[in-house]
Amino acid sequence: MIEIVNPGPLASIQDLGRTGLRSIGVGSSGAMDPRALRIANRLIGNDDAAAGIEFTYGDFEIRFTQSLDIAISGAAAEIFIDDAATPRWWAQTVHAGQCLRAGFSQSGMRIYLAVGGGIDVPVVMGARATDLKGAFGGLDGRMLQAGDRLQARRPRLGAEITGFGLSKAHHPGLFAEGAEERVLRFVPAAEWDDYDDANQQLFVETDWTVSYDSNRNGSRLEGPQLVPMHRRELLSHGILPGTIQLPPSGQPVVQLQEANTCGGYPKLGALIAADLHRFAQVPLGETVRFKPVMLDEARAADAVEEHRIRAIAR
Amino acid sequence: MTDTTFRISHLGERALLFEVPGPMVLDVQRRIWAFARELDERKEVRETVPGVHSVLAILHDEVATERFAPRLAALWNEIEPLREPGRLIEVPVVYGGEMGEDLGWIASSRDLTVREAVEIHSAPEYTVYALGSQPGFGYLGGLDACLATPRRTTPRLSVVAGSIIIGGAQAGVLSRTSPSGWHIIGHTELDFFDPAADQPSLIAPGDRIRFRPVEVLS
Repeated sequence: MIEIVNPGPLASIQDLGRTGLRSIGVGSSGAMDPRALRIANRLIGNDDAAAGIEFTYGDFEIRFTQSLDIAISGAAAEIFIDDAATPRWWAQTVHAGQCLRAGFSQSGMRIYLAVGGGIDVPVVMGARATDLKGAFGGLDGRMLQAGDRLQARRPRLGAEITGFGLSKAHHPGLFAEGAEERVLRFVPAAEWDDYDDANQQLFVETDWTVSYDSNRNGSRLEGPQLVPMHRRELLSHGILPGTIQLPPSGQPVVQLQEANTCGGYPKLGALIAADLHRFAQVPLGETVRFKPVMLDEARAADAVEEHRIRAIAR
Repeated sequence: MTDTTFRISHLGERALLFEVPGPMVLDVQRRIWAFARELDERKEVRETVPGVHSVLAILHDEVATERFAPRLAALWNEIEPLREPGRLIEVPVVYGGEMGEDLGWIASSRDLTVREAVEIHSAPEYTVYALGSQPGFGYLGGLDACLATPRRTTPRLSVVAGSIIIGGAQAGVLSRTSPSGWHIIGHTELDFFDPAADQPSLIAPGDRIRFRPVEVLS
């Protein structure tokens, strides 16, 4: 059993989300940083899609009531198992009575906990991910609260893990924190050409602030006002996590994992798959930049990410 | 089939958005439904999202989207409108009252009695153009123009599931309790979305909806 002593600002059970249901209005939901969740799962021999817990900004505490394989991934924070400081991207077998605590994240926004076999909650429409907006999946469709008790599906596997992690030397990408991490690549979308050169340039040369008015549905960006050459009335059409829209306010919105399946605002572009998890780790109040890329570059970047994830195993 | 103008664009490196410009025409939408159904059969296609006059085609990772785009165009030109009628779903509605608080002013602002407004809303057979926005929510075409009402400038923070709503020229039934900028004219007990059901959504694109007044409250 895993007992939530303190969930921090927002914790929820997430896996890699739902597919095939967008036509009935059910979005993907799932981990905002799927790369981090997949890696945590891999460190303890889980399927990539096993359900874990997504914490926001750290600041949480969990108590274990049995022996259990766990892995921690994602944003940087001071993490302790009892009194022992624990590195990032770390796997270990914990035992009954032990506590896992995290301080407030120092960089990045989302931390993942994977447990042996994944968290045991019912599969709803093909996934265990919590859809907070739709109030289904995860634990009763809601965020985790102090006192919640969760079960792992297969607590222990093989020999005890005395503790091992991924090193900065071998996995520099997992520790990258430089300015280049905040440059997000996008593929221009249908209404990109409705903006003249000056407005397109303004979009890619601005340091956009990620607004505090952001959540798992989407992030608002604050910066100069972008103005199209002509306004288009669009009918409701399918959108995806990563879609960058421009509402009439002139301030972009980036749709995220819990985004609606359809929208009607003009679209500047869509983040490439390889950068969606980077955006999800940018803390609110900090800035990002956008860089247009060609399709080939987008696909190559994703293939590299995929290769690196698949190279990680228990 | 007569040619309609259309536009194909990328939405990221894995998806193509196919759109026909408005205004909303049922015959175009019938082609959209047939088109989405046809695309679902293609091995290159992972998932389709039919919208109003549009289909978002999400392709498998290995597909070169830019080479699939011309095939999308060619396929559209062969598509005939889907003629089979969707199911007819009757929705019992309590109009007005606390759970339909905008009915009174919408009626009076058009110089209609509440009863006349209810007659006008419940007379047509609506068509589910597409599902989206929230699980099980249908964009309904067929609203009488005299009831069209621009959305609220400030959305209500919580509108209860089952609310019968109007937003611009579209009608709908809220399927989950959520924020909404649409106007509320009544309420139904019919559940439009059940995550635990084999078919979670009560309605599908192409279905027809008729609202049946159960009671009209002042």
